[in-house]
Amino acid sequence: MTLADFSTLLPEILLSVFAMAALIFGVFTGKDRSAPLILWVSAGMLVLVAMWILSAGGGGRTAFAGMFIDDAFARFAKGVTLLAAAAVLLMSEAYMERRGLLRFEYPILVVLAAVGMMVMVSAGDLIALYMGLELQSLALYVVAALRRNSVKSTEAGLKYFVLGALSSGLLLYGASLAYGFAGTTRFAGLIAAAEGGEISLGLLIGLVFILAGLAFKVSAVPFHMWTPDVYEGAPTAVTAFFATAPKMAAMGLIARVLFDAFGSVPGDWGQILALLSLLSMFLGAIAAIGQRDIKRLMAYSSIAHMGYGLMGLAAGTALGVQAMLVYMAIYVTMNVGTFAFILSMERDGKPVTDIASLNLYARAEPGRALAMLVLLFSLAGVPPMLGFFGKFYVLQAAVDAGLAWLAIAGVIASVIGAFYYLRIVYYMYFGEEGPGLDRTAMPAMAWAMLMISAAAMLLGTINLFGVDGLAAEAAAALVN
Amino acid sequence: METIILFAPLLGAVICGFGWRVIGEAAAQWTATGLLFLAMILSWVVFLGHDGVSEQVRLFRFIESGTLATDWAIRLDRLTAIMLIVVTTVSAFVHLYSFGYMAHDENFREGESYRPRFFAYLSFFTFAMLALVTSDNLVQMFFGWEGVGVASYLLIGFYFRKPSANAAAMKAFIVNRVGDFGFALGIFAIFFLVDSIDFDVIFTAAPELAETRLTFLWSDWNAANLVAFLLFIGAMGKSAQLFLHTWLPDAMEGPTPVSALIHAATMVTAGVFLVCRMSPLYEFAPDAKTIVVIIGASTAFFAATVGLVQNDIKRVIAYSTCSQLGYMFVAAGVGVYSVAMFHLLTHAFFKALLFLGAGSVIHGMHHEQDMRRYGGLRHKMPLTFWAMLIGTLAITGVGIPLTTIGFAGFLSKDAIIESAWAGEGAAADYAFWLLVIAAVFTSFYSWRLMFLTFWGEPRGDRHTHEHAHESPPIMLIPLGVLSLGAIFSGMVWYGSFFGKHEEVNAFFGIPAHAEAPAHAEAKTETGAHGLAGEGKAEVIGWHPGQGAIYMHPDNHVLDEAHHAPKWVKLSPFVAMLLGLFTAWMFYIRRPEWPARLAEIHRPLYLFLLNKWYFDEIYDFVFVRPALWLGDVLWRRGDGGVIDGTINTVAMRLVPFFTGLAARAQSGYVFHYALAMVIGITALVTWLMIAGGTH
Repeated sequence: MTLADFSTLLPEILLSVFAMAALIFGVFTGKDRSAPLILWVSAGMLVLVAMWILSAGGGGRTAFAGMFIDDAFARFAKGVTLLAAAAVLLMSEAYMERRGLLRFEYPILVVLAAVGMMVMVSAGDLIALYMGLELQSLALYVVAALRRNSVKSTEAGLKYFVLGALSSGLLLYGASLAYGFAGTTRFAGLIAAAEGGEISLGLLIGLVFILAGLAFKVSAVPFHMWTPDVYEGAPTAVTAFFATAPKMAAMGLIARVLFDAFGSVPGDWGQILALLSLLSMFLGAIAAIGQRDIKRLMAYSSIAHMGYGLMGLAAGTALGVQAMLVYMAIYVTMNVGTFAFILSMERDGKPVTDIASLNLYARAEPGRALAMLVLLFSLAGVPPMLGFFGKFYVLQAAVDAGLAWLAIAGVIASVIGAFYYLRIVYYMYFGEEGPGLDRTAMPAMAWAMLMISAAAMLLGTINLFGVDGLAAEAAAALVN
Repeated sequence: METIILFAPLLGAVICGFGWRVIGEAAAQWTATGLLFLAMILSWVVFLGHDGVSEQVRLFRFIESGTLATDWAIRLDRLTAIMLIVVTTVSAFVHLYSFGYMAHDENFREGESYRPRFFAYLSFFTFAMLALVTSDNLVQMFFGWEGVGVASYLLIGFYFRKPSANAAAMKAFIVNRVGDFGFALGIFAIFFLVDSIDFDVIFTAAPELAETRLTFLWSDWNAANLVAFLLFIGAMGKSAQLFLHTWLPDAMEGPTPVSALIHAATMVTAGVFLVCRMSPLYEFAPDAKTIVVIIGASTAFFAATVGLVQNDIKRVIAYSTCSQLGYMFVAAGVGVYSVAMFHLLTHAFFKALLFLGAGSVIHGMHHEQDMRRYGGLRHKMPLTFWAMLIGTLAITGVGIPLTTIGFAGFLSKDAIIESAWAGEGAAADYAFWLLVIAAVFTSFYSWRLMFLTFWGEPRGDRHTHEHAHESPPIMLIPLGVLSLGAIFSGMVWYGSFFGKHEEVNAFFGIPAHAEAPAHAEAKTETGAHGLAGEGKAEVIGWHPGQGAIYMHPDNHVLDEAHHAPKWVKLSPFVAMLLGLFTAWMFYIRRPEWPARLAEIHRPLYLFLLNKWYFDEIYDFVFVRPALWLGDVLWRRGDGGVIDGTINTVAMRLVPFFTGLAARAQSGYVFHYALAMVIGITALVTWLMIAGGTH
């Protein structure tokens, strides 16, 4: 435990200290009245730390004897996660305020969850992994149930907590199996235990359990069942958070575990991931068709998108990891924009989530409808929007890795999935007359997020804002 | 200057077509017309000032892809200069004429704006046609080729409320696709063989092509012949030659100014222009030339026979156009490209004149087109009558035999017939006799048209005849100008196109030492030896493509045509007199004869009236099977198989699974937990069975 170890962890330490300080500040000052201030400062901190991490170049460093890894991959994942968290915080302020949900704990919990995610993607040890995961999960359980006087919100929080506990149990069981068979919890030790491409059955089963626990976090089928209910029940701002930052972090964690700890047997976990990916893509596409609630619909949408992310990982190559990172970055951007819009959906001052309420929305608000059109097309993967390039990347990685069947299945699933995205567009532009949404101005931050995200979907096609270069660097750091 | 000529009509089309709402209808029309007159004046300056030397004006890089690199360039030589004046002159006066002709049209509703659209189409057509004739490579030419096709389609279907006009427009477009397919294949073949589509490169490579073999459709062909033939298929489509001619008569559904501009004077001659432009290639493709002669002669004959019995005034002229185009192809096919261009030039004047005259008659007769309902109109519309008379004298070839004094057609058509006589091989003999017979028919149907329209008693609706009137001056001015062309264009340029060899060479910019073939021939006549040697030397010294046209050193048809016997030179004139006399007998002297003759030879009459049943045969052989196939693919293939599968998946399978997924999503935590446990059990089991264990 040297100073160097701590300096490697400085961003995490800084954010943790900030969170605790903010908590004390909140408690001893105006409580919820100081919430907007705390929210803004928190968002500022997240952005600052993200910038700091992203601008720090250089190779990989480890701390605490390999328990914590700081490399290009971790930096990429942290950057996306923190920026997403900051964006969600900013755009949710007005929404939370109006609903009387803006408690000063909310931004602090988000910051703590972000710290957990940072630890997750930097984990170099099963213990560190679990620590990060639980820090994140505990914070999320609480924010899911933030609206304490609402049955739905409480139900969502409870469901998430119970199932999350089960998944943590599975993960811990897998971790203990791995420790039992390899004699170590360090990833470096685990990979050494599988020298020569051989891996003991016990270790393999341990891997499956760990994967199952992590699949729960990215809501991959069949560990996805919580997703629609929690997305629907939680306050929309919280849903937006669920749909973005934790997904990136969990995906990063999966990549971290698989490549750092089990990188010697990509064939074994590759087929599990391929299966999870296939199931997720199809279930996400098919089940969403029946949804009338846009939040549930987005839940299935994120299930399907995780399927594509997993496809990149299933390829088991550096290109696959790069594709996954690009895909996730695009996915997060799209979801920030989409949820910024969903946050603004109101009728008679109350939030609505029925997609039928979008009928002829384009007549009322052509600008926002156009932005949504771009985002929905992008979500569906229609060229030339950015979403298409994300899909293209993962499909290419899968084909290169000999998973052409998976790529074809992915294309079919995206065709099926396009239906429900385009149906929303149809409602907005050609729907029937009906009780529409209130014609109120969007809160500035939400509006900005919607427009920036939509613009990014179009402008990003030029050079992906250089994200693919960063992702390639990150993938190279992870896969060696 | 060339650039202005090329783009002025485009500018006019754009301003007129898109800007008329801003500047008003009349201003838009005048802008388009004014720009065309500008182009016309500049064209004449270019033509008269041209010294015969080819030059290229590069405008911009057109296509760059692999080894295909080509500029958009204007190739200015004698051929281009001739086409420039033909296109811009006729087009300018047709624009002017259209002010009167299109002033009121019953095919459009009150207050509906159609005139700017018409003028924009006309100007766009002119631009495309100019792009075609100024092209410096085959793809640029193809651009113009398709551009005029589109403009033709739009203008034939201009009366879009008439189903017949729409059908005719589609027919023109589709039949032209057949020809264009051949043209495109020819371009591909040339690019494949020469690795370039620039004219200069192709022309230089032409002698080599004659030595090259090419495998196409499972057999071995001479490359030059094959390519020349494929290009000719394109020319056949555009120039309405036999087998691909069926669209031209139907194209008369378009407004008459369109018929005059596109379907008489300019677009339909693009095929002849193509053959002349590619003369260096054709000179090395004797078999292809033979085919050109046979098709041209057959078309001239066929169209003339059909023209004998048609009753619609425009259709008579349409078949006459078809027939005259056949003449031009014969000239090009026997190797005297200059004569083909000569007839193209004179024909443009007198045929545009005839069409505009017919348009004037139709206009005056309230859109009545059936000649059986005309009669005695020469008093009602004297100026139109005189114009039509000049046109008829020109097309039938009236002049003083054995001199070079006569109407335009007299000089150019006789030149073709003499060339056909001088041509080599049985095909040329075939062509000569068919052309002479066709000349009889030409004279007959042309005078029949005149007699039925302007002589005799009024036969139509009395009301219409009482209100028949002369056209306004704005329509008569173009008639007057074109009349001048129909009278004098032959005499003025006879020497340049069909005069002494040196004169022709100088006109077309063929290098001076290329006169050698004439010397070589002189030597042959005097029995001197060494013709072969001389010829070869010339091939080396004079590259194909240096002049606007190329005539192989062994090609002496031009000279031999000059030395044709007197009976050959007289034959077209005699044919004209014969036709005139018969027509006079039938329609002035004994008006009851035609009906009796038709009665006696009823099968023959019906055969001709139904245009040799080409449409019916095509309908049976191509149209019906294609419709049937389309129907099968649509109903069974698309509807049954493709739609059926998609519908089953989209309407039944997916919703079924959606329902299933919704039911699984019960909301109970223990269901969800169970799913997770089942999931992990399945994964572990699968991994253990599927070979994770090694």
